Amino acid sequence: MTMMESDQLLRVEDLRVEYLTEAGRVRVVDDVSFNLRRGEILGLAGESGSGKTTIALAILRLLKPPAVITGGSVVFEGRDLLSLGEVELRRLRGRKIALVTQSAMNALNPVLSIGEQLADAIREHERVGRRSALERARRLLDLVDIDPDRVRSYPHELSGGMRQRVVIAMAMALSPSLVLMDEPTTALDVAVQREILARIARLRQERDFSILFISHDLSILLELCTRIGVLYAGRLVEAAPARRLLGSPQHPYTGGLIRCFPHADEAPGPRPRLVGIPGAPPDPRDPPPGCRFHPRCGQRLPACQRSAPALTTVATDHEVACHLTRS
Amino acid sequence: MTYLLRRLVFYLLAAWASVTLAFVIPRLMPGDPEATMFARFHGKLDPEAMTALRRTFGFSDEPMWRQYLDYLGHVATGDLGTSVSYFPARVGDVIATGMIWTLFLAGLAVVLSYALGTLAGILAAWRRGRWLDAVGPPLLVLLGAFPFFWLAMLLLFLFGYTLGWTPVRHAHDSQVSPGWTLGFAWSVISHAALPAITIVVATAGSWMLDMRNTMIGILGEDYITMAHAKGLAPRRVMFRYAARNALLPSVTSFGMALGFVLSGSLLTEIVFSYPGQGYLLIQAVRSLDYPLIQGLFLTITLAVLAANFLVDVVYVWLDPRARSRGAP
Ligand SMILES: Nc1ncnc2c1ncn2[C@@H]1O[C@H](COP(=O)(O)OP(=O)(O)OP(=O)(O)O)[C@@H](O)[C@H]1O
Ligand SMILES: [Mg+2]
Repeated sequence: MTMMESDQLLRVEDLRVEYLTEAGRVRVVDDVSFNLRRGEILGLAGESGSGKTTIALAILRLLKPPAVITGGSVVFEGRDLLSLGEVELRRLRGRKIALVTQSAMNALNPVLSIGEQLADAIREHERVGRRSALERARRLLDLVDIDPDRVRSYPHELSGGMRQRVVIAMAMALSPSLVLMDEPTTALDVAVQREILARIARLRQERDFSILFISHDLSILLELCTRIGVLYAGRLVEAAPARRLLGSPQHPYTGGLIRCFPHADEAPGPRPRLVGIPGAPPDPRDPPPGCRFHPRCGQRLPACQRSAPALTTVATDHEVACHLTRS
Repeated sequence: MTYLLRRLVFYLLAAWASVTLAFVIPRLMPGDPEATMFARFHGKLDPEAMTALRRTFGFSDEPMWRQYLDYLGHVATGDLGTSVSYFPARVGDVIATGMIWTLFLAGLAVVLSYALGTLAGILAAWRRGRWLDAVGPPLLVLLGAFPFFWLAMLLLFLFGYTLGWTPVRHAHDSQVSPGWTLGFAWSVISHAALPAITIVVATAGSWMLDMRNTMIGILGEDYITMAHAKGLAPRRVMFRYAARNALLPSVTSFGMALGFVLSGSLLTEIVFSYPGQGYLLIQAVRSLDYPLIQGLFLTITLAVLAANFLVDVVYVWLDPRARSRGAP
């Protein structure tokens, strides 16, 4: 691990986010820690409501009330973003860390042409004229396989897939070293989804940046990512290289997720029955004590209801938070 | 552009309908407006002079369709007849003078109210829960809830009579002769201040509240998060990304509000004896000056239609979706 430290681009440590509601504090991200190394695609998997978007927005400090970051640190290139001033933070947003928001359908301002929106990002950070910013916008569109003349189009004139690519182009605008992608393909049909994932993979080879790729779809992450973290009800339950996670998942929840889909490198023959995980994720307002997964877990121990297991290293680069692996 | 063309056709039809209504209504009124109008001249004028006078006012014994065609011709050329109460002034000229004052007072006040209210709404939503947001809407809505004329009289009593800060009637000092002089300009402004403030105070609150609520909805949109994520300065996000979008519904209601400008300013103009359209209308009704009433009705409706068309043009300019799709 230590030899990798210098390669570290982003270190999230004990991040805690709470929503201050009338009913009290709801902790939706609970002491989450992970590392993102330079050049890697780190996947973050989790069901709806597990806190994925909240983590992405917390990293850029874009959370709005009633969400509040109540603990932890987010160290990016050696600086803690959580203690950065507003102005410095703004200079970092878009230029060093870019965001691709969850629904591309609504990620673009409907009354500005996409050229203007791309140019806005460029001109905010660099001293360039309108003309040359628009020229760069054209090249950015070309980069994501959109006709450069589309700079004059408005969002409503583009298809969902095109909008998503525009948002990706926007994230590329200032050559950031990290791009946070929050379910960039969820709203799209499978064919378009494939196309965009391929585009992202190619872009990453051409330009040098790292990705935090968020998805509820573990199969996409297994294909795309170098490493994957699995979230359950606001807690990180397992983190491992993609291959290892697929081959030997340690947490019962991860195992359940992997059994949920047929994988490609499977021996030919009759498909195994798809087994879902029984039950539903807990209500974040009233989480179960101990391990949050224990009510749905087929292998729970008495200890699981009493104490929350800590994230422990079980093998090189493989961490799990489960009482089973301890014993 | 087809959208604007469609709107234009609609407004032209509406204009034609209102012109026709202005022709029909006086002829359907119970009692004979013509007789009422000329009653006062009875016995004073010989029959021949009467007939000539009736001609001047557009009443004749010709068949209805002829009268209608003549009337359309007159309206098209801007000939609205002769005023009874301001005899022998032409209705067109009488209205023009009133129109200038109304456009100046109500136009300015309504635009000011819209601009101030909207800006306050933007800021209140942006700094939600802070002092402007906490104090502004309830206060302005409270003021807006007072009856209009009551508010006007209260302000007039307070600042005009009790404190004596502002003049209490008319559009300018009769001692100052009209012209492009500083003295006259000051006189006009000081006379307009109180009635204008009345209109602004009474209407700004609803603009603020509308804008604040739309804006709060817009601020939750993904493209706002995206704008912040690009590192844009807060002011850019607030105006270029949030307010530009939040403005759209309010532009439409601004068009509708223009219709109320005249009814609102009517009361203000009466309280402040301000010689605008509203004041003229009261005068015309009092003295049964039918040509003037008809002329005022026409100019007011046409002005509202024209203003709405202007608002449509602005809307299309603001919202690219209206250009390609259609109705806002
Ligand atoms: N304004 C809010 N007030 C209270 N709770 C909220 C609010 N917004 C989100 N939450 C809660 O925070 C939790 C995490 O939400 P988040 O959007 O991060 O989930 P997610 O993993 O991105 O889900 P999805 O896959 O649906 O996008 C959810 O349980 C959600 O109910
Ligand atoms: Mg999400």
